[in-house]
Amino acid sequence: MLIRVTSDPLDTDEAVQHVASPDAGAINVFLGVVRNNSLDRVVDYLVYDAYPRMAEKVMREIADEARERFGLIDCAVLHRTGRLEIGEASLLIAVSSGHRAESFEGGHWLVNEVKKRVPVWKKEVWADGEEWIEGPESLGLQASQQATGNRPL
Amino acid sequence: MTVLLFASLADRVGKRKLELPYEDGDTVGSVRDRLVAAYPVVAAFVPSLMYALNEEYVRANDPVAPGATLALIPPVSGG
Repeated sequence: MLIRVTSDPLDTDEAVQHVASPDAGAINVFLGVVRNNSLDRVVDYLVYDAYPRMAEKVMREIADEARERFGLIDCAVLHRTGRLEIGEASLLIAVSSGHRAESFEGGHWLVNEVKKRVPVWKKEVWADGEEWIEGPESLGLQASQQATGNRPL
Repeated sequence: MTVLLFASLADRVGKRKLELPYEDGDTVGSVRDRLVAAYPVVAAFVPSLMYALNEEYVRANDPVAPGATLALIPPVSGG
C-alpha cells in the first residue's frame, strides 16, 4: 500500500506503478482536482491543512478496509497539503483488482470515506475573501445536524 | 497534556498547539470545557467537533491519560 500526506505534487505514475500486479485486470485511478468555482463564487486557489500523522493512519485504515470489502489487490491513497492552484490534484487514489467492477466500486468507496473521516481541511480563497470549508460529508457535521434535527446536505 | 487545533479552529484561537495541565479524572469533554472557558470562541465549534487521542478518534466521555495529545477536529473537508 502507498499512503502519504505531502506538500509535494502528487504523481499518478508512481501510484499506478505501486498498485500494479500481475494478478490485476484493472487499475482505477481517481484524481480530485482544484476547481475554479464553488457555490457560484470564483475560487483563486485552495489551502489544505492536515493532521498529517493521523491522516495517514486513517487513510491506511480505510485502505485496509477497502481491500477487505472489495477484494482489492492493492491501494494507493495520497493527499496533498498547502497551497494548490486551479487544476492541481489534491487527492490521488489508485486501486488494483482482478476485474473492473471492484476497481470502480472500491475506488468510489475510498473517495467517499476519505471525505468523511480523514483529518484534512480545505480553505477556499476568493478575490475578496476566504473561508475554511466544513465538509457536508464529514462525520462531525453529519452528527451535529442529526443532533439539531437538520437534514444533512 | 497537549491540545492540537486545526483549520478554522486554529485561526479563531490563534494557536495550533496548547499545553494544558492534567487534572485527575480528566475526560475528553472536561479538557474541552476548560479550553472553552479559556477561549470562548471554541464554544461555537463544539456541536460539530470530533476528537482524537493519540491519533485515534474517541468520544467526549472517554478518559484522558496524563501526557496525552488531544486533537480537536472540526468537520473535515479533504478530497
